[in-house]
Amino acid sequence: MTEHNFTHVSFEHFLGEQKLMGARCKACDTLYLPPRPMCTECYRDDMNWAELPENGKLIAFTTIHIAPTAMLEAGYGRDNPYVSGIVELENGLAISAQIMGLDAAKPEEIKIGTALKAEYVERGEGEANKTFLAFRAL
Amino acid sequence: MSRKKLNRGVAIVGAGMSKFGAFTGLSTRDLFVQAFQDMRASIDKGFDPNDIEALYIGNYSSDLFEGQGHTAPFMADWTGLAPRPATRIEDACASSGVALRQGIIAIASGLYDIVLVGGIEKMNDLPTSEVTDTLATASDILYEIPAGFTFPGFYAAMATAYMHKYGATPETFMKVGIKNHENGSLNEKAQFGATIRKVMDGKIAKAKTRGYPEPTWADEIEFLHDDRANPVIAWPMRLFDCSPISDGAAALLLVGEELATKFSDAPLYIIGSGQASDVALHDRKDMTALRAAQLAGKEAFEMAGVTPADIHVAEVHDCFTIAEVIATEDLGFFPQGEGYKAAEDGRTARLGERPINTSGGLKSKGHPVGASGAGQAVEIWKQLRGQAGERQLPGEPTLGLTHNVGGTGQTCVVHIYERR
Ligand SMILES: [Zn+2]
Repeated sequence: MTEHNFTHVSFEHFLGEQKLMGARCKACDTLYLPPRPMCTECYRDDMNWAELPENGKLIAFTTIHIAPTAMLEAGYGRDNPYVSGIVELENGLAISAQIMGLDAAKPEEIKIGTALKAEYVERGEGEANKTFLAFRAL
Repeated sequence: MSRKKLNRGVAIVGAGMSKFGAFTGLSTRDLFVQAFQDMRASIDKGFDPNDIEALYIGNYSSDLFEGQGHTAPFMADWTGLAPRPATRIEDACASSGVALRQGIIAIASGLYDIVLVGGIEKMNDLPTSEVTDTLATASDILYEIPAGFTFPGFYAAMATAYMHKYGATPETFMKVGIKNHENGSLNEKAQFGATIRKVMDGKIAKAKTRGYPEPTWADEIEFLHDDRANPVIAWPMRLFDCSPISDGAAALLLVGEELATKFSDAPLYIIGSGQASDVALHDRKDMTALRAAQLAGKEAFEMAGVTPADIHVAEVHDCFTIAEVIATEDLGFFPQGEGYKAAEDGRTARLGERPINTSGGLKSKGHPVGASGAGQAVEIWKQLRGQAGERQLPGEPTLGLTHNVGGTGQTCVVHIYERR
């Protein structure tokens, strides 16, 4: 495997391989999501990549009707809202992600605590192709 | 945290603002001139602008909103203050709250005696989608924006976590909006200075003249539940839960405490100042409180030697209605999880026991993001000096507080003001 710096570029590269990866400090074992190049617990800068659990639960969410440009381009908007949320993984780390498999038109029915599993969403053609982290309700 | 004091007291001797709103053809420098003139008119004993020694200007993103970077020297030029040092402060929507703090620190250090603090923003030149994108750059563009989040979305997510934890409902937040529009209707500088009732009456009258079926909302809450009249922006935040896209400016004149009565019959002494930062929303242990606001408040209260119960009037950062509820808890006005009940029971109304956002708040007064923090201080200036007109609080208030938030609470700055 080629050397991957502990940056968002590497994080996104791993998403393209359908992997959710964080950084673990070799000295004190602290685990980071998103990955970062320096441990802010012990201030060493010697990290390992660590595969993170793909299962988690929804701890905060919203349905977005007024979308940013990137999501408008992906086909979302007032007539097609989507769910964004914050997901707590089984190991306690949390991350922001789009949430699939929930009805954005019925936000009252969406439950905090819903079990979720990571999903890797491809958007954009050719050079612009990128993999986004999402989660799907189980 | 040890109790820290300023080495030298600082007072506000003048405060002014432009009207907040949408002003085609006016740039930030034009709006800042309006604020500067309004501030000048508020100085009881007059002053010579040449006595100003430095400027601290809060501005979030003229670069993206107006295509203009390096804004502080232009504000100095248009107010005749070049070649004095002019420094721009950027901390998202807390930019001018932090500029105020930098002005205070500059005077307390002894380097300057007289400082101009400003806040500016001009947001209406861009279409809404680009304003949304520009505001989003105040969050984590690498790890939050790819999730589809927008600013209303972040606060909406805090709202769902809050509702889940404490049992609030979307109606709670609607009541905050109704209250702030009520206050804003008494503020001639407000962008949306109409009560929700008046907005409803306007829509009914419009339907009549156009021959459309007349809406039959029983009350404000029913109107606010109407998806067409009050569309969802990011559930549970609807249009009337969100502060508007605004243009505006505000200006404050700060002097060393010992100079205050040379300029003013009734200066406001800044007795407390606190500021803190925080991690991205998804990295926080608790999404129903802003730790940075709690810490900034604690620092300001300790410096001032007063408690939340002592404060007579507070302007808090209600960029979204949920944010006001959380702010009243973070500042210690109500226990955690009880702010929403206080809002529902009218305790935060202008004539309630704990008046919050008598100006109308960002919701009704407007939220030209870089100007909002300094604008909050203008309201405290008016209330503590008995110059708030129709919305003046009874009982001669003497202690006021401002709470200004950047992003999702990654920056918070709190100030406490005393009229002696
Ligand atoms: Zn470490």
